[in-house]
Amino acid sequence: MAVVTAVETRPRRNVELVLLVVSLGIAVGAYVLVGIAAEGRVEANWTWVGGGLAVLVLGVHAVLRVVAPYADPVILPITTAINGLGLVVIHRLDIAEETNLATRQLLWTAIGVGAAVAVLWLVRDHRILARYTWTAALLGFGLLLLPLLPFIGRNIRGARIWIGLGPLSFQPGEIAKILLALFFAGYLVTARDSLALVGRRFLGLQLPRARDLGPILVAWVLSLGVLVFERDLGTSLLFFGLFVAVLYVATERTSWIVIGMSLFVAGAVLAWRIFSHVQRRVDIWLHPFEPGTFENAFQVVQGLYGMASGGLLGTGLGEGRPDIIPFAESDFIFTAIGEELGLTGIFALLLLYLILVERGLRTAIGARDGFGKLLAAGLSFTIALQCFVVAGGVTRVIPLTGLVMPFLAYGGSSLLSNWIVVAILLRISDAARRPAPAEVTG
Amino acid sequence: MSELTLTLLRLGYLALLWILVLSVVGVLRSDLFGTRVTRRPAPGTPGRGIPAPAPPRGRDTEDRKTPRTLVVTEGSLKGTSLALGQAAILIGRAPECTLVLEDDYSSNRHARLFLDAGTWLVEDLGSTNGTYLGRSKVESPTPVDIGTPVRVGRTVLELRR
Repeated sequence: MAVVTAVETRPRRNVELVLLVVSLGIAVGAYVLVGIAAEGRVEANWTWVGGGLAVLVLGVHAVLRVVAPYADPVILPITTAINGLGLVVIHRLDIAEETNLATRQLLWTAIGVGAAVAVLWLVRDHRILARYTWTAALLGFGLLLLPLLPFIGRNIRGARIWIGLGPLSFQPGEIAKILLALFFAGYLVTARDSLALVGRRFLGLQLPRARDLGPILVAWVLSLGVLVFERDLGTSLLFFGLFVAVLYVATERTSWIVIGMSLFVAGAVLAWRIFSHVQRRVDIWLHPFEPGTFENAFQVVQGLYGMASGGLLGTGLGEGRPDIIPFAESDFIFTAIGEELGLTGIFALLLLYLILVERGLRTAIGARDGFGKLLAAGLSFTIALQCFVVAGGVTRVIPLTGLVMPFLAYGGSSLLSNWIVVAILLRISDAARRPAPAEVTG
Repeated sequence: MSELTLTLLRLGYLALLWILVLSVVGVLRSDLFGTRVTRRPAPGTPGRGIPAPAPPRGRDTEDRKTPRTLVVTEGSLKGTSLALGQAAILIGRAPECTLVLEDDYSSNRHARLFLDAGTWLVEDLGSTNGTYLGRSKVESPTPVDIGTPVRVGRTVLELRR
């Protein structure tokens, strides 16, 4: 016995503007604090850095007012805050290590924001993306395998996931992530009935037919292939996790989670038995302080010491020594923030990620079409999985893998792809929150 | 700069981070969208109680006014009502339908109710078990009068003023 009524929605762009000002305040405030810690005064160019970031995100805000007025009001401010904080922490590490990575990161932020604006402007209805399901599959798998090609593939720090053209290097897997999310959503929205309804029930689980296992096995073999040939644990985990998550959302069958997890455990144990680089990661995870592994585990151990010295309230931005950790600006930016902003700051950051993912999933619930639902759920899940894998890796909940915190860590490819993800989520949320649909479609 | 100022700045920055988190949460609290499902008021409240299902009537032109709601009178969703606007209403098991039925006897996209020149019409969308208006099977878009039962699988709907 219930009455179903539509809730009046408002565009809420003004709320977004207010929140954006607070977000920019977080970025500028961090920059000022780092300047005070490093040189005892406010760095003179803070207006340029703050102004640059402000122009970029207010540009996105203005575009949203025109092309997606009903888009979710908190996604952009959260993204801005995380991206801005990441920029400043990278700048802070630059000062300590005498590098100049923050400028590159700001440049990549501009490219990412440009890509997000282009997506919002060109894709006026996310459902047209469903037409490119198989094109996305082809391009996605192609990009994933691109680093294996001779000449352009680069092997950096043991993982073959980069391509290089001259001085530029890029991780095509980051873009492949979006294309494969598109493909999984488009494919599963049509195939879900046969994957959900057919099969026998056993111990409360609906078991699929043998031939319906095909897609999940293909995804499994492919992610194992990434692990074996590109030696990248993180990307492999991300793709398989994404597929299982979208499959579960599409079919609502717990059996797919059980099947996916068993395949994952089998694959992980197999990889651990066979490959030395996986064994090394597991040793670092389980025994970081033992004499035999201490050399390899230096990064993890130093990260733990950093977070411990930060304590509850942190040492203050620019006051700690996060630069001791190798690759503090990319893989270990999480511990750098834990050291300088403490548990209080890290919890605020994790809550921002949590709300970002929640907004994505809320968009999926609100979306009126199956494709939009699956795409929004899949993209939000990739953000959540990356956060879990990185935060879990540096805090020794799970073995360390090669993923980076979205928007926070140094890395152009990741920044670019995550801004595109945000643009797609904003586009779907605009469609989900728009009050009267033009027509009922199905 | 003194130690005290630095400490205050450091703690102030953490406070700023939490101000953002809390204001975002505040925005979410007031940010609802989609549909709201409320319990129907207790019977006896004027105008909102569930009237007894009206007996099927033929074409009764005197009674024809604009219907305001679509009410489910039989089936698992019995008692649910939907406000009618200008938009068409798609009925079926598929999640993208306006009225999503959990009814094994209905098709994914079973039937459609739409407004044409002030009259609501029902159209069968090629369903397996058919759509019935009163006792007759709907073959082509047919006008629906207020109070006439529309049967979709095991679910019966009617238009109410």
